[in-house]
Amino acid sequence: MKKQMICISCPIGCMLDVEYEGKELISVTGYSCPRGKTYAETEISNPQRVITSTVKLEGGKHPVVSVKSNAPIDKALIFDCMKEINKVTVKAPVKIGDVVLPNVLGTGVDIVATSEDSGNE
Amino acid sequence: MAAALKARELGVEKIIILERSETLGGILEQCIHTGFGLHYFKEELSGPEYAGRFIEQIRQSDIDVKTNTMVIDIDSDKVVTAVGPDEGLLKIQAKAIILAMGCRERPRGALSIPGHRPAGVMTAGTAQKYVNIDGYMPGRKIVILGSGDIGLIMARRMTLEGAEVKMVCELMPYSGGLARNIVQCLDDYGIPLKLSCTVVDIHGRERVEGVTIAKVDENLRPIKGTEEYVECDTLLLSVGLIPENELSKSAGIELNCITGGPDVDEMRETSQRGVFACGNVLQVHDLVDYVTLEAQIAAEGAAEYIKSGGTDEKKYAYAVHQEGVRYIVPQKINIASEKDVDLYFRVCRIYKNSKLIVKIDGETVISKKKPKLAPGEMETIKLKKDMLSKLKEDSIVEISVEESL
Repeated sequence: MKKQMICISCPIGCMLDVEYEGKELISVTGYSCPRGKTYAETEISNPQRVITSTVKLEGGKHPVVSVKSNAPIDKALIFDCMKEINKVTVKAPVKIGDVVLPNVLGTGVDIVATSEDSGNE
Repeated sequence: MAAALKARELGVEKIIILERSETLGGILEQCIHTGFGLHYFKEELSGPEYAGRFIEQIRQSDIDVKTNTMVIDIDSDKVVTAVGPDEGLLKIQAKAIILAMGCRERPRGALSIPGHRPAGVMTAGTAQKYVNIDGYMPGRKIVILGSGDIGLIMARRMTLEGAEVKMVCELMPYSGGLARNIVQCLDDYGIPLKLSCTVVDIHGRERVEGVTIAKVDENLRPIKGTEEYVECDTLLLSVGLIPENELSKSAGIELNCITGGPDVDEMRETSQRGVFACGNVLQVHDLVDYVTLEAQIAAEGAAEYIKSGGTDEKKYAYAVHQEGVRYIVPQKINIASEKDVDLYFRVCRIYKNSKLIVKIDGETVISKKKPKLAPGEMETIKLKKDMLSKLKEDSIVEISVEESL
């Protein structure tokens, strides 16, 4: 099977021509860096995305603090992952990189804070 | 922040950042999605993380920062008037000024959509602040008008938080956003992108109850008979960004009617000597990485101006956008410039398998094949030293797009 896909690894957005069989990549052309090739491989075999969201924050300047998954997770798990993220409440102060939810859904991926909140003085 | 840090590095001693908001970082603070910094830090960061790296450097420096402080006037003698909570009214005589006020979103009022003024119509950026900073959802059934990047990002964000995003309508026959955002924000979640389509009516008195959408013809006018009612409680607008130049105007700086930002030279110096501009106040960018680079150029310009006292007379060549190119920044180039000059520009429409042509006084100096060009993606071309040496006073540097047949 053949299809075109746009690489989302960076804002250049290379148009890839991909040939594949089931979950196996046969050939890919059109990428301008190695990440394009890797993207095509995972996109065919097991598409993954980094999730970004917010979690509730107690005692902070703001009621929420932003978070991300520190590695891509399976696309199929995104909404289950969101459910877990929405159960979390953290307490201020929070620093960038603080783990707010370790090993989400047993994936080995941590949800970490991406902004800081020193809390209410 | 990038400009301040660069100016400090170049030996400028007294630097102050005046920030209207309560925190540094500007709009990045609410852009919690990743994709920032791939170019500059070679890492994929979220907006607050990207800003955080600069905030940390500012903290460790001796650069003065005043937040919650609004500049209300800049006069032609570089006296900056600001109001803030500590000193009240504040007047600063600057040697050089770098404008970095960013841009704002085009609001509903600029669109002339009929209907009442119900709650539930807001810009995508406002919704982004509600969700990501204030922690509440502005609606449950969403229609998004305009396919700018913020609109696309919010389509995904609202979906992740459990809202139903029914569609993104785009007036033009192509999206104004980055291709990667169409893929990861719309396609991933099965959200339809309706091109050549607009909202012609907003229903509801107290709260939005629905919108009427319609297809548009090649003159962008709604086609009768194509109207369709879509039930929703929220309409998000992502219909363009406008550089915020009220202060520049009062300082007597000449603005460009296409970019909405000041006309600048290759050091980002405006028509007022010693006043520089960078980032979205100069031209609306797609990538923050390029904003950072532009800020550093402006800082170099400002540092040089302070050192030399601005007595040097600059002789300019001019960048002129031709067939297929909407604008070029910088608009003029000092012919004495000793460094390579990057020209940033946008094309007028989507081109496939075309060529970018750069001419200096009619002579082609660059001809570059491009598989795809789109207005939503800023392009850049480097004028190398050997090309710059061809420039004379009033030389014309032209960029055009040539379609291959």
